[in-house]
Amino acid sequence: MTPISYYLALSAILFAVGVAGVLIRRNVIVMFLAIELMLNAVNLALVALGRRIGSMDGQVIVFFVMTVAAAEAAVGLAIIISMFRNRDTVNADELNLLRW
Amino acid sequence: MPIGIFMFLAAFAIIAGFGVIMQRNPVHCVLALALVLIDLGVLFMGLDAVTLGFLQIIVYVGAIMVLFLFVIWLLNIQADPGAGRHLGLKLFGSIAAAALAAEFAAIIVHAPKIREIRTLPADFGTVAALARSLFSDYLVAFEVTSVLLLAAIVGAIALARKVSAPLVLVTPALSRDVSTPASSASDPAAHRKSA
Repeated sequence: MTPISYYLALSAILFAVGVAGVLIRRNVIVMFLAIELMLNAVNLALVALGRRIGSMDGQVIVFFVMTVAAAEAAVGLAIIISMFRNRDTVNADELNLLRW
Repeated sequence: MPIGIFMFLAAFAIIAGFGVIMQRNPVHCVLALALVLIDLGVLFMGLDAVTLGFLQIIVYVGAIMVLFLFVIWLLNIQADPGAGRHLGLKLFGSIAAAALAAEFAAIIVHAPKIREIRTLPADFGTVAALARSLFSDYLVAFEVTSVLLLAAIVGAIALARKVSAPLVLVTPALSRDVSTPASSASDPAAHRKSA
């Protein structure tokens, strides 16, 4: 039986990788993918802890996180499409209209 | 789950996770993330969350990742040309993420013990158990989620559609209709525009 701390460690590593992706990459879509990676890392921690205390609440919360992630992906990709249409780029460095 | 299988899946997830942030081509990034998600779905099943594991694979890999792929293909995004740039940013990002990981490690090491349930209920993680929780304790949240999804659909269509001829042309034609109905009735161009 795998101890729960291993699951939490895997979750923490995946979350840190996602944070690194958002900080390092300049492609908006890849930054978005890194955010999805972070969401899923948290989901793993929720499922593992829910299993440990024998409660379904963790799984229900993961269900909601997945639903909200689907909505977020749809709206976020729509924003990226309209952004690409107006500025012809998905590079975060070139989207500097509001930069002072 | 036996520890050997867990170690294999964990190593796979971490390697694929690094692939998400290090691949040059966005399509490869999406495929690497799909691998991570399938891997996490298998881990969910090993944690007695069989329903969630299948939902993860169907909804995340089958729907959301495919949506990402379609958008990348629609926009025809090529691989990053600026490979060697932003070295300072990459250094800073890596150090910040490593510091965050170290902080997580400290938290996990020093976390207090939680009581463990040795015997789970027989239906733990099944569709029935998930649905019972969803439709009793979390009913309000469930209904709010459906409104959220509807708002997301409408919002996504409104944001992504081309704001071109119809929206701009209809409004002046309509206002002319209201102000001078006689002239607009005899004007075929106004009819065509408002239709």
